[in-house]
Amino acid sequence: MAADGSAPAIAFDRITKRFGAVVANRGVSFEIAPGTIHGIIGENGAGKSTLMSILYGFYQADGGEIRLDGRPVRIDNSADAIRLGIGMVHQHFVLVEPFTVLENLTLGHEGGIVLQPGIDRARAAAEAIEAAYGLAVDLDARVEDLPVGARQRVEILKALYRGAEILILDEPTGVLTPDEALQLFQILRRLKSEGKTVLLITHKLKEIMAVTDRVTVMRAGEVVGDVATSETNEADLAERMVGRKLAPLPDREPVTPATPILVAEGVRVVDAGGVERVRGIDLALRPGEIVGIAGVSGNGQSELMAALAGLVPLAGGRLTWAGEPVPTEDTARALRRLGLGHIPEDRHKSGMVGPFEAWETSVLGYHRDPEHARGAWLRQGFIRALTRQRMVDYDVRPRDERLRTAAFSGGNQQKLICAREMARGPQVLLVGQPTRGVDVGAIEQIHARLRALKHEGTAILLVSVELDEILALADRILVMVDGRFTGELDRGQATERALGLLMAGVQGEAA
Amino acid sequence: MQRDLPVLVDYVLIPALNLALAFVVGAVVLGLIGVSPLDALATLFQGAFGSLDGLGYTLYYATTFIFTGLAVAIPYQAGLFNIGGEGQAMLGGLGVTLVCQAMGGYPLWLVLPLAILAAMVGGAAWAAVPAVLQVKRGSHLVITTIMFNFLAGAVMTYLLIDMLRAPGDPSPETAAFPPSTALPFAHEWAAHLGLAMEESPLNLSFLVALVAAFLTWLFIRRSLLGYEIRATGHNPSAASYAAIPVGRVTVLAVCLGGACAGLVGINEVMGVLHRLVLGFTAGAGIVGIAVALMGRNHPFGIVLAAILFGALYQGGAELAFDYPQVTRDIIVVMDGLVILFCGALENMLRVPVTRAWQRWRTVPA
Repeated sequence: MAADGSAPAIAFDRITKRFGAVVANRGVSFEIAPGTIHGIIGENGAGKSTLMSILYGFYQADGGEIRLDGRPVRIDNSADAIRLGIGMVHQHFVLVEPFTVLENLTLGHEGGIVLQPGIDRARAAAEAIEAAYGLAVDLDARVEDLPVGARQRVEILKALYRGAEILILDEPTGVLTPDEALQLFQILRRLKSEGKTVLLITHKLKEIMAVTDRVTVMRAGEVVGDVATSETNEADLAERMVGRKLAPLPDREPVTPATPILVAEGVRVVDAGGVERVRGIDLALRPGEIVGIAGVSGNGQSELMAALAGLVPLAGGRLTWAGEPVPTEDTARALRRLGLGHIPEDRHKSGMVGPFEAWETSVLGYHRDPEHARGAWLRQGFIRALTRQRMVDYDVRPRDERLRTAAFSGGNQQKLICAREMARGPQVLLVGQPTRGVDVGAIEQIHARLRALKHEGTAILLVSVELDEILALADRILVMVDGRFTGELDRGQATERALGLLMAGVQGEAA
Repeated sequence: MQRDLPVLVDYVLIPALNLALAFVVGAVVLGLIGVSPLDALATLFQGAFGSLDGLGYTLYYATTFIFTGLAVAIPYQAGLFNIGGEGQAMLGGLGVTLVCQAMGGYPLWLVLPLAILAAMVGGAAWAAVPAVLQVKRGSHLVITTIMFNFLAGAVMTYLLIDMLRAPGDPSPETAAFPPSTALPFAHEWAAHLGLAMEESPLNLSFLVALVAAFLTWLFIRRSLLGYEIRATGHNPSAASYAAIPVGRVTVLAVCLGGACAGLVGINEVMGVLHRLVLGFTAGAGIVGIAVALMGRNHPFGIVLAAILFGALYQGGAELAFDYPQVTRDIIVVMDGLVILFCGALENMLRVPVTRAWQRWRTVPA
């Protein structure tokens, strides 16, 4: 029951959901008061997404019930959810890009064979919603022309247009600049003041503290905390999430300048559509230094990483390794042989083969090394023993080297990949979004490993959209906007604000 | 814990259920034309397995289906669907023919390996063009291999009418090969062992097929190239991230499939016909697709599925012989039902069975 005695907007009552032998939600019970912003926080695999999927009708709970405004409801699919006034803003937007904002709003609610009357009605309704909640979006703009922050507002607008009283936002700030995130929070506060209920799913403690009224902490499928935000703090929440105290960050060691190993000069990359994604990048990676690249995703960081790993041909410029030019044929293989490790930013797409057993994934890219192969055959026994050892060293669970890679949780998959790329002591390590979708405990471990490698003299390039991560690890930070470096900050000068301004393309002010 | 389903359920129970469903629908069809389904099933079973020569026919058909099944299964591991087994088999037969015609009088232990090599080269060469087109130009392998089946037919017609036809022979086939190149028949061996076995086309090629299936399994699961083929098939972008030459690996997988299809020539041309005859493949390449689907693209599954289809072919022939109502078309319907339930609808029962299994597993916990 909410404090004033009215029925809670949403009540989860002993929700249980199993996937095979895995219990994703175990007797989850908590309530969300109407007209509040309620945060749900937890490590990856804690069961937040499952719970939201049950609320939005993607999954059906095995046990327990959901009550909206005190009434038990049955939500069999997302159409039911929309009818009951639940709207969802997905992490990855579901918009038809060549359509205008208005066309996206009316999609599925065209209201007849002739479109125009429906569109006129939608315009009136959408304008009213925009005015009521301070959502500034040009209704006639094509979605593909809008920046990410505006697309997110379109998603919110769409949910409200469909009559949402409860709005679920799943990791909404992952794709936003710090400024855009602040704008989003303004909108959320406005929604709250107009009586809407907002559910914010995130792993960012700062956001919880900044914008929510109450927060529910989940761990291993269970609720481990449900407190008013004003009565808690970041450290407390982090400990509840992880179930133990987190070690304080160690001080960074000073970098001794050394001769660069991998050097990029004037590198340019053109994508399949003919668009120039990397426009003349100069970069030198030195032993014992972590170079961070900050930027809103989609500004050429991925293409730069691919170019440095030899995975895409260069449209211009060149790479050298310890002063020698890198071969332009079979570049990826040559670089791997020279001692390049690469933790790809999208582990599902590139870093692993889902149906492969863990031991097979744990030599991907190194399977032709003499110690892994005898003649034309893989040394299965040796590799399995090696994988078992790495699973212990990097705390990969469950410790079953014959489990399919896809069956591990995201954090454990990432640890498996990190182990593969780090255990061989690479001279240069390219790291993309190392902690995306990874829980707090694993983040701590991965960061510690990166520091240890740096200490041993590996040259590390870190690309991340998490400013906290870059600030915590990098010795030198480059900001990438639209395929170019727009600023360089030493760790001493770098602050989240300075980086945020550079990332947003404001030059000169911060540096 | 390693799989969603235990192997026994995945590879035995589900195919058995699919097969049972096919038989149930088949029984309805037979009932409609006035044949007792149980009697028909008994005839079919008796015909396929009831006598040594019946079994011989079953395994002879199975030999060819193992080869054409593998021809689908290996490219499938690289994520591609090879429909070209038919044409690749024809060219394999051509390779066998050239070796057998040239090597009369040499001992079989020398001729057979060379014939196997020539069969594989012929099949692989015919698969190579669509494979390279797929990799370099993105021409869909399904489309190009179907077209190459027709091209192969045309090439064989030309060769057999204008180039290879025995002088004075009106039919499009070569002269008989030298007798020393013929593979031993099973009934010949049976006679040596003192077993009474009537003549059947089963020959040494059956053992070649079993070895080919085993080597395929070894290659796919244990070798470096097999690893690269599977990585490419499951996740091409992860494969290129791992510096695997995806294009080359893809071409290799399709060519190996073609090589397996080419081995059909060993069974049909060198083992049974002892000459190259136009149309000797008789649609085996297409049956191979169903065999691979039913065998879940696993070499051992393919051996079992090939024997099943061999039994259907042989038992079906007996059925048509015994029941005047059962025409050739009814047999095609029966085969079609098995292909439908075991191949095309393979996943129909998988979801409910998986769910039931998981529920049964988790309830006690």
